[in-house]
Formats: sequence, C-alpha cells, structure tokens
Amino acid sequence: MTMLNERQQLSYIAAQAADARLNVELETEGMTLNIGPQHPATHGTLRIIARLDGEQVVWAEPVAGYMHRGYEKLTEVRSFPQVTTLINRIDWLGSFANEVPFILAAEQLMEIEAPPRAQYIRTILFELSRIANVSLFLGDLGVQMGAITPVFMAFRDREYVLNLIEGATGGRFHPNFDRIGGLKDDLPKGWIAETKQVMKKLRQFCDEIEDLLFGNEIFQSRTRGVGIIPADVAKSYGLSGANLRASGVDWDLRRDQSLPMAWDQADFKVWTHPDGDSWARCWIRLQETREATKIVDQLIDNIPAGPVMAKVPRIIKVPEGEAWVSTENPLGEMGYYVVSKGDLGPFRVKIRSASFNNISITPWVLKGVYVPDIITILASLYFILGDIDR
Amino acid sequence: MIQLAVEIPYWGQSLLRVLGGLVAVLLPAGTIVYVFLFKMMSFMQSRLGPMEAGPYGSMQLLAEVSKWLQKEDIIPENADAKIFKIAPIIVLASTFLLVVVVPFGPDAWFTDFQAGVFYALAIGSVSVIGILIAGWSSANKYSYLGGLRAAGQLIAYELPMVLAVVGVVIQAGSMNLQQIVVAQNTQEIFGLDWIGLPFVLTQFVGFLIFMIAVQAELTQAPFDMPIAESELVSGYMTEYSGFRFLIFFIGEFATAGVFAFIASILFLGGWGVPFSWFGWESLDQVENWMNVVGPLIMLSKMMLLVGIIMWVRFSYPRFREDQLQRFAWKVLIPVSLANIAITAILKVAV
Amino acid sequence: MVRLSDTATGNDETAALPGDGLREGIVDGLRSDLGDRLLDTHLLPQKDLWVRVQPDAWALTAAALKTQGFEYFCFLSVLDWLPSPFGKGEDDPEAEPTEPNTEIKQGYAGGASRFQVFARVTDIKRHVGVTVKADVPESMSVPSWLPHYAGANWHEREAHEMFGIGFEGHPDLRNLYLPGEFEGFPLRKDFPLLSRMVKPWPGIVDVEPMPVVDEGEGDAS
Repeated sequence: MTMLNERQQLSYIAAQAADARLNVELETEGMTLNIGPQHPATHGTLRIIARLDGEQVVWAEPVAGYMHRGYEKLTEVRSFPQVTTLINRIDWLGSFANEVPFILAAEQLMEIEAPPRAQYIRTILFELSRIANVSLFLGDLGVQMGAITPVFMAFRDREYVLNLIEGATGGRFHPNFDRIGGLKDDLPKGWIAETKQVMKKLRQFCDEIEDLLFGNEIFQSRTRGVGIIPADVAKSYGLSGANLRASGVDWDLRRDQSLPMAWDQADFKVWTHPDGDSWARCWIRLQETREATKIVDQLIDNIPAGPVMAKVPRIIKVPEGEAWVSTENPLGEMGYYVVSKGDLGPFRVKIRSASFNNISITPWVLKGVYVPDIITILASLYFILGDIDR
Repeated sequence: MIQLAVEIPYWGQSLLRVLGGLVAVLLPAGTIVYVFLFKMMSFMQSRLGPMEAGPYGSMQLLAEVSKWLQKEDIIPENADAKIFKIAPIIVLASTFLLVVVVPFGPDAWFTDFQAGVFYALAIGSVSVIGILIAGWSSANKYSYLGGLRAAGQLIAYELPMVLAVVGVVIQAGSMNLQQIVVAQNTQEIFGLDWIGLPFVLTQFVGFLIFMIAVQAELTQAPFDMPIAESELVSGYMTEYSGFRFLIFFIGEFATAGVFAFIASILFLGGWGVPFSWFGWESLDQVENWMNVVGPLIMLSKMMLLVGIIMWVRFSYPRFREDQLQRFAWKVLIPVSLANIAITAILKVAV
Repeated sequence: MVRLSDTATGNDETAALPGDGLREGIVDGLRSDLGDRLLDTHLLPQKDLWVRVQPDAWALTAAALKTQGFEYFCFLSVLDWLPSPFGKGEDDPEAEPTEPNTEIKQGYAGGASRFQVFARVTDIKRHVGVTVKADVPESMSVPSWLPHYAGANWHEREAHEMFGIGFEGHPDLRNLYLPGEFEGFPLRKDFPLLSRMVKPWPGIVDVEPMPVVDEGEGDAS
C-alpha cells in the first residue's frame, strides 16, 4: 500500500462510511437516482445508477452499451484499408489519433515502415487531433460546473484546429487519411505557416482557460481533494493517459516505447501530478495541450523531404501474425490487437480503448462522494461514449 | 403629496397601482433578459446572440414568449396536479408582493409601509414555498433534490441578507424604505454634501453581503445548485414546460430586478439625488418632476446592480451544496453580525 | 543536452527502452513461478512477447506477473480461432458456394482449443508489456483475474457476453453492452453478422486497374 496523504485518507473514510450506510440500508431508506442515458452531464448515452443517502452516494454503477456498434465484429468483414473508416468513429473528437495505432499494427505485420515525411506528418496530425479533443474537454469542464462561458471559447479556438485538420485531410471529424505505408496525400501549400499561427492562438487559449477556470477559487474548491485515485488503484484498473499521470505515474507511450513516429524528434515534458484528484487530472490535460502545441511547433519546421507513401502492393494482403500496437491517444492508451491470417482483412481485432478502462473505475471512485461530485469526477476522468462502447 | 388636476376614484387608483405594479415587474424583467441574458452573455462568449427578430434581436423575447404560450401544458402523470399548477404562481406572486413596498419617487409608491424593510425581507422568502412545492409535486427525483437544495439554500442565505440590512436600518434609524432614501440623500459624508450619504460607502461590508445573498436568493451561479443543469437537469423546473415554465422564467428575472431595486434603495440612495443639489431640506420639498426622473434613476441603478449579478453568473462555476452552506453559516453570518455590532457602536459613539 | 522527453529524466527507476534480454528474463521469471504450467512462449525480436499458460494456472499467472512488476492492466479478451463459416461476405454472390474452411489454427505461442483467453499487462517501470494466453478448457470457464487486477472486471464481463466464456470467481457477470435477454455470443465466429447476410457488401474490393503509373512492385492480380 502506498503512503496516503491526508486528503486521500479522508476520502477513504468517506467511502467506508458510505459502505457502512449501505449495510444498514434497510433501516435508512435511500434513494436511487438514475442519471442518464439522456442527461446533460453524460455527454453521450452513459447511464449511472447511484444509490443516495441524502446527497451522498453510497453505491454507483455505470451502465454502458446504449451505443455499442460492434466494431470488433465489423472489422472481421472489412479489408484492412476499410477498417480505418470504422475506427475513426471510436473517439470521434480525436479521430486521426484512432487510425494511427491500427495502421502501425498492420505495418508491423507487413514489416514495412512509412517514410520519414509521412511519420512526421502523422505525428503532427496526431497532436493536432489531441489539441482538438482536449481543448473541448477544457471548455466542457466549466459547463459541468456551471460556468457557461469557457465552452464557447473552446469551440471558438478549436475551430482553428479543425480547419487545419480539414485543410490537410479533407475531413473535419473523420479524416480517414492514414494509409498502410504512409498517408493519402502531402500537406497543402501554406499549411505550415497557418499551423504556426494557430499554435500561438491555442497557447493563448490555454492561458485564458487557466486564468478563467483553473485560477477560480470555486473551481479549485470543487475539484481539489475530490475523486482521489491512488497510483496503485489507477494501475490496477488500467487507467491511462492523463488520468494515470495525475496519480503520479510517470508513463507516456509517446516517450516510453519506440514506434515509427516522430515523437522522439521532439522535446516535450511529460507532466505528472502527485495528488490524483480531479484537479490534477484537469491540470495535466491543460499542460498536455500546451505540450502538444510545442511538439507541433518543433516538428513542423523539420519535416523531411521525400515521399509520403512507401511502396506497398495496391491490394494489401497482410501476412499471418499477431501484433499489438498502442499509442498515447487524447483519452489515454488506445491499442489494437490485430490478428491476421494472411487475408485481405483482419481475422480478429481487439480494440483496447482508453475510456473503457477509465470509466470502469467509477464504482470505486464515486463511493462516498456527493451528487455534484459525480459530475466533476466524470468530467475529469473524461470519457467519450464511442470510446467506451466501441 | 401628489396634486393632480382630476380626482381619481378609489377603483381608478387601484387600477393604476395594478398597472404600475405590472410595469414595475415586467419591464425590468424584459430589459434584463434582453440586455444581459441575450446580449451581454453572447458578447462575453464571443457570439452575437439573437439577431433575427427585430433590430438586433430586440423582439426575440416576444417571439420566445409567444412560443412558450403556444406549447402544450404538460403535467406529469404522477405529479400532484393542483400543487404543481400553483407552484409557479406562488413564485411570481411573491415578486409582485415584493415590489409593493418599493418607492420609485417622492410620491410614486404603491404603499408606504412603516416596516417596509421587514415586509420586503419576509415576503421575499415566500418564493421558497413555491420552489419547494414545485420540486415536491413534480414526482421527479431531480426536481425533488433541486427543491430540497433550494429550500436549504434560500433559508441559509435569508439570514445574512436580513443581518446585512440591519446595519442600514440602524444607520437610517427607520425601517421605512422611503425614509431610508431620504436619510441617504439629506446627510453628507466627509463634508461632501454633493454626494449625499449613500450607505454603500459606510455599509460596504453590508452591501457585499447583501449582494452575495441576493445572488443566492436568485439561485444564480455560483449559487445555482437548485437548478444545476449539468447534474439535476433543471432542478425544480425539470418537469415544467410551456407557460408554467415561462412564469418561473419571468419570476427569476423579475425577482432579480426587484431585489436590485431594493438594494439600490438600501445602499445606493434609491430614486433620489442629493437634496442639496436643489436646496431641498426634506421629503416634502422635493419637486414633482422627481416622480418622473426618480423611476429612471432607479432603473439605471437597477441595471447596474443586475449587470454585476449577471456578470458573476456568466463567469463563475457553481459551488457544491455543502460548500455553499459552509460559506453562509461560517463566513457571511459571522461577518454580518460583526458588521451590526460595529455599526451599532459607531452609531452610539458618534 | 538533457531533453525533457528523455526516458531517463524525472524518474530514476525508468530504464531505457527494453531489449530482448529483458523479455527473456521475464520468461525465466515466469517459468520459475509456474514451472510446467508455462506451456509456450513467442518472442518477436525487439517488438513483443507472448506466453501461453495452462488454463488452471491462468489466475496464478496474473499473481506472478503482478509480483514481477506488471502492475498496469491493459486489457483482457478472447480469441476465437474458428475460421468464419460465412467468409467475409465479400465474395461474388453468384459464385458457387465453397466448402467453408473449418481448420482451427492458433496464432503465436500455439494452443490446442478453439477459444483462447488472452490478456496484456505492462510493467511501467521497465517499459515492457507481455501478452498472456491460455486455452479455454471444455468447461468454457477460466479463473477470474479480478483478485489481482481490478480493471479485469468489465473486460471479463465483456468477454462473457461476447464469447460465452465464464470466469470463476467473478461476482457479477452481467451483460455489459447487450440487453439482458440477448441470446447468442456475437463475437464468436459462428455468429452471423445479419446485416451482411441480408445484403451483400457494396464495398467489395475493386480489382480494376487504377489509372496510376504502377512502378512494377504493385500486385495487379
């Protein structure tokens, strides 16, 4: 057991008190509150059943599956290039980032690598989709706590990033731009200068949000010391991304594994926070957005010349084998376990999505909190429903 | 007293008072909704707000109202229908009852209550009953939680509000709102007789506490726990639609206006200008044209105060229920008690 | 120059990226814990490691891995090695029906049964992950990983509803996604994908030559 600080101990005591109350449930009549599937706070169709004692949660359980689309089954009847269209829609705010690990897995099986230029552009687009994704989180955070203004700023500045993604790929939400062996196209003219401008704007946006929201005393009192997840619990539940780093675990797949991507060419800091509370998770995401803009800035000046597509057969048959590739997506670790039998399409694709694990911790972390904290904790864990249900 | 060329019969006076009350409640409500809710909020959020209905969207409110009036009046099957129907009316009625004691000019008042402050604070809490029964009768768990939160919050913030006003009452030496206005405009501070003595200068702590309490009484962010759309959908209003929701909506903004009127009377000198400007000595010498200018002065002060309320509302996240209670009981009430003690000591000593 | 993103910065315990020696060491460690019950291993040089254990040692493996430092739970799922009797639904609908291939052939680290459970855990300090597999016995159930990895809860529920594999010791194998009264196990290969059955896939792979200059490497068949 790791050493707990005072706040963590308090949250444990609250959870145990909630347990005790559940045991005498027959004597004190509680109330079951059904949050969702249609509810303003669950952004999507997640349903949470919470048993309350007054306003304190004694037991909570998320119910997923209102949007299950069966992608693991569908991938088995698609060919490899067609799969990217599906997996685009898992985490629909960071679509491009979903394509990358699957394509990398297929490339690993085929033992090819994208040319350096394609690797750079992939990494840049990956980070852009991270910014598009997380900047919406930063705005949405305020709405979940009743501050309505930040979300409009987020939408305003996210638009610039979406325009960039559209400029390069042709799609704002579902680029479907990644190909086995490289990319569909090269960057359009003027895109690099435009990107530099936008990155400056996005850093300003981060400063604005930090002033407006993170500096606000009410925001701090709502998030600090709320929903504490210790590191060992986080690892055992498989929390990933900012949620794991907010618990003090220094683990970032961009840095800690070698992939044919350009992250090792950029210098960025992997932020961690020792507290593990909602505040830490939000703060880590804010810092990550800043780091992402810096990664883009560093890479965009050094894109090597050359083709964006390796030589691959026009009809792609992936050799027999199994491959696991995961990347540090905006929501956390997203990976694909691809099994190929040498056909046109995959034999089996196991999709490991980040939100699935991140949300599976909710019964543990929601025990003993108040109803308003359900919302802040869920918001800070940051899930996208397509990423839970797949 | 008012000298009119024609003698108005009693029923005529009553009619005039009713019409005046409607204007005094609905006109500020409409102005607040358009200026702050539609336009100021939009500009703060880098968007334009309504632009289609009328010039700069100024007719948007009429469009919204007619939309609401056309909607079906839905009452949930399990709701306690009678109480469900009454609840919004109670909320709005308390606003009308509140405006009754507000003086808008030397003679432009509805009723000249000796214990006006007492009456205003008492009647202001009637809306809690409406909100509580709205939450209870909706047969909805969100409404129920919202109603309970509202009851807890409104009662908790009633106290600092009352205590903050006590300082003003001590200083003015009267509970009559008209006398409080006169007291502020006939006295002087630091020998500057052109500024009068608006109590916001001497009772600044009381003013702050009063405005915070008003914010909470109006359930505006950061005290909008009872509505809390991201957790309780819409709190006690969840099941309301159509014109019943409209009544709640009008009630919310009309009450904001009326509370701002009362705050401007208590702290900002109300309808008056410093009497020394025109050489008036007492209320009787105030000239009749102040009955026209007074309401305008009140309106502008009201807009200023509501502007502050809305500014806070649009930029702050909300408290949690326990933090909100802690703030009321552990911070506001002790501070306002200390304020009363200091005011009383100074009143006796000076 | 010390770069912020260097793997060695910040945390003294973080090592450089793992090599094959580390992975062999992991296999040795598991072998000493599990003995004969470690059935097979597969090492993809510089990439990844697979091990296969006996089904009755499935939970024991989790405990052994956790004590070895694999604290981070990645995922748990099931592989169905039966080739789909329905093909990909991409065949020419007018062609003669062919005899479906029923040969069951397992992937890396071998195996003997149609279903295999597999899971992945990661050692965050040593930057290495391992994929563990186990055959599913006739009883169609394996021990649950829940006592060792709390995150296995939902993954086992998903595997239960999608493949019909039981997990002994799991307290609550309710359906996670599907409605409670749903019959069948959708991710098994012999569960037909109905939408494909009723309507042929319009995206059948286009074999017409494309109007680009082929540099000779392309396969135009």
